[in-house]
Amino acid sequence: MHALKGIDLEVSQGDFFALLGPNGAGKSTTIGIITSLVNKTDGKIFVYDYDLDTNIIEAKSLIGIVPQEINFSQFEPCLEIVLNQAGYYGIPRKQAWKRAEKYLTQLGLWDKRNDPSRTLSGGLKRRLMIARALVHEPKLLILDEPTAGVDVELRRSMWEFLTEINRQGTTIVLTTHYLEEAEKLCKNIAIIDHGNIIENTTMKSLLSKLSIETFIFDLTEPIALLPDAGPFKLHKTDDTTLEAEITNGQDLNTLFEFFGRNNIRVKSMRNKANRLEELFVRLLCKNNHPQ
Amino acid sequence: MTTMNRNLFVTAFCTIVIKEITRFTRIWIQTILPPAISMALYFLIFGNLIGPRIGMMSGFSYIEFIAPGLIMMSIINNSYANVVSSFFGAKFQRHIEEMLVAPIPDFVILGGYITGGVARGALVGLVVTLVAMFFTRLSIHHLGVVIAVVLLTSILFSLGGFINGIFARKFDDISIIPTFILTPLIYLGGIFYSINLLPEFWQTVSKFNPILYMVNAFRYGLLGVSDVDLMFAFTIITLFIVILFIFSLYLMKIGKGIRN
Repeated sequence: MHALKGIDLEVSQGDFFALLGPNGAGKSTTIGIITSLVNKTDGKIFVYDYDLDTNIIEAKSLIGIVPQEINFSQFEPCLEIVLNQAGYYGIPRKQAWKRAEKYLTQLGLWDKRNDPSRTLSGGLKRRLMIARALVHEPKLLILDEPTAGVDVELRRSMWEFLTEINRQGTTIVLTTHYLEEAEKLCKNIAIIDHGNIIENTTMKSLLSKLSIETFIFDLTEPIALLPDAGPFKLHKTDDTTLEAEITNGQDLNTLFEFFGRNNIRVKSMRNKANRLEELFVRLLCKNNHPQ
Repeated sequence: MTTMNRNLFVTAFCTIVIKEITRFTRIWIQTILPPAISMALYFLIFGNLIGPRIGMMSGFSYIEFIAPGLIMMSIINNSYANVVSSFFGAKFQRHIEEMLVAPIPDFVILGGYITGGVARGALVGLVVTLVAMFFTRLSIHHLGVVIAVVLLTSILFSLGGFINGIFARKFDDISIIPTFILTPLIYLGGIFYSINLLPEFWQTVSKFNPILYMVNAFRYGLLGVSDVDLMFAFTIITLFIVILFIFSLYLMKIGKGIRN
């Protein structure tokens, strides 16, 4: 049985790339093979033109990994964890200190540098893994669900940090179950399912494939009866909430004109589901994935 | 090997060694103190209380005779325990992945763990020797032999601990080998007696116990007496080291217990 069925994936230099897929699709296996934690049975991996089989030292030196599970010693202080990781990449102690200070400060962990890692909160543990992954300043940073279990505030600050790292030239590959995160951060996207790549394109082009979007309108005043909306599929969820399905050929201005004509006043509007999430679910359904 | 790679390997090796030494010295109450206390009890009971009733053995008082074996027992146990617990702990908490994703060849990781085991074995050996000096007079017959036996024995048992750590899946698995194999071999390895006291059949059986050669080589280094030929003892120890080293590298290469 093969977890991956001959996938072919290319990530451009400087990209912020999303690798999405349901649980068990093969994302972590792909990452495991790239980071040498899973033995591959066949195929080739090139990291910045270095073959991972023949130029293993050069290739591995370019990769930084933030794994899905916490995987540092629970007994070591945070600073020691980062310094040791630098050492494994051949960075002399003096230089490692400077870099550890830089990244632990940037990630808000410098004050906790002497605390045993087990005393950190879940979110700070994830940040520590990011600092550890960056200490050798990799050109390719792989993040396997880095914000799983992290509160909204911390997640947003991590997004800002990762965007800045990417802006400075680090290529980032991200797997996540928060599709809002992928849509917000990534320029290109691949979707993997049952060990196959079922979509590999730019985020923009993928989102343009979304033929129907559902919007929710909150009304300022309740309406008793919904007038005929013509080409728009419109229905009332309660007296002050409407749901509208907008297809590719339709625009919201026409819908607002209809609201104006019928004296329906809109207080606010939002997408029913994240756009990428809607597409993701449809793609998986098309790939005979049980939902 | 390019100069850049050599520097990388040396830095990585030193990092693993420092990490290992920091680990066992940080928990010195669990790692350094217990062997010192148990050895003091061995010397007190077997050396001072029972020893005078046993009399001379191979031309030495009983406490002098058992001292090299007891020191060697501490070195064996501690070099093994250091690597098996550290390596299995790294596997269990998954921080072994920190090394596996880094550009470190397997032999550097193995070398780092072995050096950590040798460091603990040698340090505990030194502490136990100091304890022994409270109970008996210790002289050194051949310093080179003493150093060589300590180094080779701790390398060998560090390798043993490493292999045990690779195969172990749960914490029980790291105590099975020390309890059911290592301890009986140590106790039957001529620490407390000369095998010349045994009937011929049991003398022959004893010669299949590799620990006999280490204990006797070390005893030769300190006292100048041995039940076995010194060159043969060194050959046996070196042979075991080579076999276990190659086997350890093979296990790492196939990713046994550490890679999916």
